[in-house]
Amino acid sequence: MTDHVLTGTAAHVVGCDGCGLAHHALPDQHDMCCLRCGLPLHFRKPDSLNRTWALLIASYVLIIPANLLPVMKSSTLAGTEDDTIMGGVIYLWESGSEVLGAILFIASIVIPLSKLFALTYLLISVRRRSTWQPKTRTQIYRVLEAVGRWSMIDVYVASMLTALVQFGNLMSINVGAGAIAFGAVVVLTMIAAECFDPRLIWDAADQTQATTDSPKENHAV
Amino acid sequence: MLLREKPLDPGSMVICPRCGHVLHRYQPEGLQRSLVFSLTAAVLFVISNAFPIVGLTSQGLESSTSLLGMVDSLFHDDMPLVAILVFATTFLMPALVIGALIYMLLPLRLGFLAPNVAAIFRIMHLSKPWAMVEVFMLGLIITISKLNALATVLPEIALWSFVCLMFALTAAAANFDPRTFWDQVEKLQ
Repeated sequence: MTDHVLTGTAAHVVGCDGCGLAHHALPDQHDMCCLRCGLPLHFRKPDSLNRTWALLIASYVLIIPANLLPVMKSSTLAGTEDDTIMGGVIYLWESGSEVLGAILFIASIVIPLSKLFALTYLLISVRRRSTWQPKTRTQIYRVLEAVGRWSMIDVYVASMLTALVQFGNLMSINVGAGAIAFGAVVVLTMIAAECFDPRLIWDAADQTQATTDSPKENHAV
Repeated sequence: MLLREKPLDPGSMVICPRCGHVLHRYQPEGLQRSLVFSLTAAVLFVISNAFPIVGLTSQGLESSTSLLGMVDSLFHDDMPLVAILVFATTFLMPALVIGALIYMLLPLRLGFLAPNVAAIFRIMHLSKPWAMVEVFMLGLIITISKLNALATVLPEIALWSFVCLMFALTAAAANFDPRTFWDQVEKLQ
């Protein structure tokens, strides 16, 4: 027994992400598939940091038009009005539905931005081989992985209004170009979170532990 | 980190001692519950898409839309990307998840193994994160409250079945434990 936590990589065991079956394999082996369900097996997700960075940078670029371009265009006899994401939040708030306004604000502004910043922080901390609070950082990852989908609300609202409010010149609502950018941000950050491998957070902690040789109980049960 | 598997009591779960993530919940009855909920979800899915979700009346003007009608109007509005995104996340992916669960679990319950069960399992594993019925529901609530200001909103039959579909689909997915499923498959092989 070693004096630090036994990892799959060290023991030459890799688990399937889908069905959980453990396989014997060497860490430098590639193109492996699960014998049971056929999903690809990875000790660490391939090229994880580069892929996550690429998708993250694309999301940073797209979040600008997503917030500046209108997600919705409403035209009435009085004229046309463009609504950005923030405009929709303010409209809900001022029309008396503070709760829904707050939900929309969290889903469309707070979640995408905090997701981008949190993922950036995780990437930098992994690259700098940070050993600070790996458990907290893993939990940050789990949360950002789970909440990303809720940002889609605004796309659904704009789509639903477009389908319902089509009364010709009298009043019609149409989806604006901002919705494309916004949808792309949601999809790209979801894929980015999927590309990131939380095991990388622990690799740095394990290495430092191995070099400092601190005696620690073996947690493998 | 590597952990050795131990036999579990029903209802207990395995938590990673290092990061606190729930690795596996042992629910022997989970697969049966999952099958019941997926069959429910399949029926509700058909109802949800066969009828309009909400209607709108204002000064003699009327309109109503179903889910696919919404996708169709987005296509006609020159927003094919948004249309595809909405179609995939509220129609295609939920349909794949429900279909895959029934395909995997119904034969298992009847005591035989469906062909290509591994491929269907992969489809479900990959499509699950993209099925967003519950997010769509919240979007629907916000839409209704926005429209309330300018017209009378009439909830139609698919709205209620969508609410039920949301619960059925979540319950079906939550009760499906991949490890229990594959254990049962291996017993049959």
